[in-house]
Amino acid sequence: MGGYVPSTDQEQLQMLHEIGLKSMDDLFAHIPEEVKIQGSLELPAGLSELEVRRKVQGIARKNKVFSSIFRGAGAYRHFIPAIVKSVTGKENFLTSYTPYQAEISQGVLQSIYEYQTMICDLTGMDVSNASVYDGSTAAAEGIAMCQERKRKKALVSACANPSTLEVVKTYCFGNQMELVVIPEKDGTTDMERLKEQIDASTACVYIQHPNYYGNLEDAAGIGEIVHEAGAKFIMSVNPISLAIVKTPREYGADIAVGDGQPLGLPLSFGGPYLGFMSCVSEMMRKLPGRIVGQTKDKNGKTGYVLTLQAREQHIRREKASSNICTNQALCALAIGTYLASMGNEGLKNAAVQCTSKAHYMAAELEKIGYSVENKAEFFHEFVTSSDVPAEKIMNALAAKDVLGGYPLDGHRVLWCCTEMNSKEEIDEVIRILKEV
Amino acid sequence: MLIFEKSRPGRGCTELPPIDVPVIMPDEKNKRTLPMHMPEMSEGDLSRHYTELAKKSHGVNDGFYPLGSCTMKYNPKINDEMASLPGFAEIHPMQPSNTVQGCMEVMHLIEKYLCEITGMNHMSMQPAAGSHGEFAGLLLIKAYHESRGDYKRTKIIVPDSAHGTNPASAAMAGYSVVSVPSSEDGCVDIEKLRAAVGRDTAGLMLTNPNTLGLFDKNILEITDIIHECGGLCYYDGANLNAVMGIVRPGDMGFDVIHLNLHKTFSTPHGGGGPGSGPVGCKEHLAQFLPSVFVKREEEFFFEKPSHSIGELKDFYGNFLVVVRALTYILTLGNEGIPKAARSAVLNANYMMNRLGDLYTMAYDTTCMHEFVMSLSELKKNTGVSALDIAKGLLDNGIHPPTMYFPMIVGEALMVEPTETESKETLDHAIEVFRQLYKTAETDPERLHQAPAHTSVTRLDEVEAARHPVLRYNWEL
Repeated sequence: MGGYVPSTDQEQLQMLHEIGLKSMDDLFAHIPEEVKIQGSLELPAGLSELEVRRKVQGIARKNKVFSSIFRGAGAYRHFIPAIVKSVTGKENFLTSYTPYQAEISQGVLQSIYEYQTMICDLTGMDVSNASVYDGSTAAAEGIAMCQERKRKKALVSACANPSTLEVVKTYCFGNQMELVVIPEKDGTTDMERLKEQIDASTACVYIQHPNYYGNLEDAAGIGEIVHEAGAKFIMSVNPISLAIVKTPREYGADIAVGDGQPLGLPLSFGGPYLGFMSCVSEMMRKLPGRIVGQTKDKNGKTGYVLTLQAREQHIRREKASSNICTNQALCALAIGTYLASMGNEGLKNAAVQCTSKAHYMAAELEKIGYSVENKAEFFHEFVTSSDVPAEKIMNALAAKDVLGGYPLDGHRVLWCCTEMNSKEEIDEVIRILKEV
Repeated sequence: MLIFEKSRPGRGCTELPPIDVPVIMPDEKNKRTLPMHMPEMSEGDLSRHYTELAKKSHGVNDGFYPLGSCTMKYNPKINDEMASLPGFAEIHPMQPSNTVQGCMEVMHLIEKYLCEITGMNHMSMQPAAGSHGEFAGLLLIKAYHESRGDYKRTKIIVPDSAHGTNPASAAMAGYSVVSVPSSEDGCVDIEKLRAAVGRDTAGLMLTNPNTLGLFDKNILEITDIIHECGGLCYYDGANLNAVMGIVRPGDMGFDVIHLNLHKTFSTPHGGGGPGSGPVGCKEHLAQFLPSVFVKREEEFFFEKPSHSIGELKDFYGNFLVVVRALTYILTLGNEGIPKAARSAVLNANYMMNRLGDLYTMAYDTTCMHEFVMSLSELKKNTGVSALDIAKGLLDNGIHPPTMYFPMIVGEALMVEPTETESKETLDHAIEVFRQLYKTAETDPERLHQAPAHTSVTRLDEVEAARHPVLRYNWEL
């Protein structure tokens, strides 16, 4: 039987005697018998490490690891430098709790402060929090930040990731904000409908950029409409794209959110990822979750602490800006390490490779009869339609160890390219599809 | 020194292969013009930077970490290794289901095991953390009442000893919060609870053992009172480590629960996360669960609950955290689970007993996995506060207990040793606590000045909040 209790039975008996008890049962004597488990739990017997390893490896082997992936739709396979895992594996980081005791947590706190700075720099915003769970919860929290007494309506673009729409809907079921979807037109947000929908009760407008179909929106135009109505403008962005695409700040957004997964986090069947949130300084005190600030110690030495805690649940309880407590700190550390490792040039290079390869692949697919639906400029995802059933495409690719794009319906496919996809890989996909 | 101050233009480390397709850039109107300042450093310097930061951080691996209510037990290495298997880490969440049968098996197995441990019928792994699980559980309660056309239940009852996340989650779910005071024995005041319930009661949120480390022996009566008035009972699983394998929330009358896999099931906390906060429920609430169930016929497949509250986050939760927890449960098994609980409770009682003659215990009775001391008297006599004692512990390589919580105890220190500490570690910590008490009486100033041996001394939190500096600025 496995386990991690150091004391032997003999030692435990000695401890019991020292505190005047006879047996372990005495410790639980005050618990009513009628709620105690009779007999034992129906769980398998404990295993040795070797047995556990064999069992879990056996389960992992039942999954298919594709050697080549052209699917994104909210989760992206990017290059992850070796140093990322080395840093997040350091036990002082890995096994520590939230840095409540600042004097022995300067390393964790500084790493979060650096992460916050990088997120601000990447998005062009003034303030960042220490992370929330993922891109969609960041969206939902961002929308909740904008709620005012007379503004309870959130307009969300139909071109956002469907999963985000679902999550926002769930949060709105809780906080009773009204969710209104702005329809799509030709793969981007319908600006005319937005103008009709927006009014004095609108708290915010949320768009994704690039959107679910890979398209860049007329973000600046949307921002103007939003601000004219006195509402807040929230942009969800792909962080890799920001190395070359305009930042939310340049488009006039008040809040920038997104999923940090592309920045050094493995696909992991969907988690843990990280939701980043940054905003203009005017909204600083509405940000949810942990925020690290710089200060001085008694001797005037620079140090870091959790700050602006008057927003948080452990102080404000039901009046807090959010209930979030545990966040995704280790993922923030991974992202900080990733961004520092890639550096300015590396990140730009990754972004250029993403968009260049996607455009190359789109052009090659058009050559073999697929039609590319994107009318607007796209980043690293695009949609094709064809007479060939999507299922047939996927099966043909899977047979060659390739995970194809995400089927949007029977004939439309959402493709994604990153720096991981070589020209050779793309050409191979084209060769396979020619035969289908 | 900050990483940005170490950056030098032109340096760098990671190189991608040369681009092998024609270069495309965004149109001018969409091209970034703001300067970007990602650090430019060699890999060696970068690696040293983080090693330096790691040295200024304290994890369970650095020493005793009796942080009450956080269950900072040892994090087994095999769990991390299993979570990093390519067969989990490199799986795209939107792969076809026939290519993710292993992931689905993980979700199926852990649901089965956690339901057995808690006495629930179903559990969803989607919530990312404890408070996210609370939010999910409260939405289940809301969906349940609304499905019966009952829109008048607008209140959630929360004891005054509850974690701050409880009322915050209730508010996020659109409820108003009714706080019920604890009675003198630290448990729910039954009469006050009776007075608080009514037709507007949606439910009760309770942690048992509670945040004072006490098991509420009236638990069946409490859950009955709520059920009789038509409300539902929510179990906050933060303290499950004390009772797993001994009692089950499901047998205590709870309808819905959340767990903290990063506490009870030993997944590392990573300096603040990621965690995992599964939400579980009895059969009558299963139709409202978030996201998808894993079901099994010939193969595993996903099915949406018929009246689901919807998605709480993207995909299936913090999956790799779930893999770690499953590995842990497989290791401990049916004997190891209750043994962990019993040993955690023994360690807490041993420490409490050995400190009880000096320190004032908030409740001088058998505790569960943690106990709360009140330093009000010490503060009155010597001026040394709970904060001062905590900072004194830092100089001794011990992470302090949770401070000033629960709020109903003055100058509180909440100590949770966990089961993975040996008698020697506990004896040493006891000795340090006793020494600090004596120092408080003889040389209080030394404790006011503590810590003296950490990388920084006490930090000015007031200044940090008054003039927030929340990022490095290149313009300055």
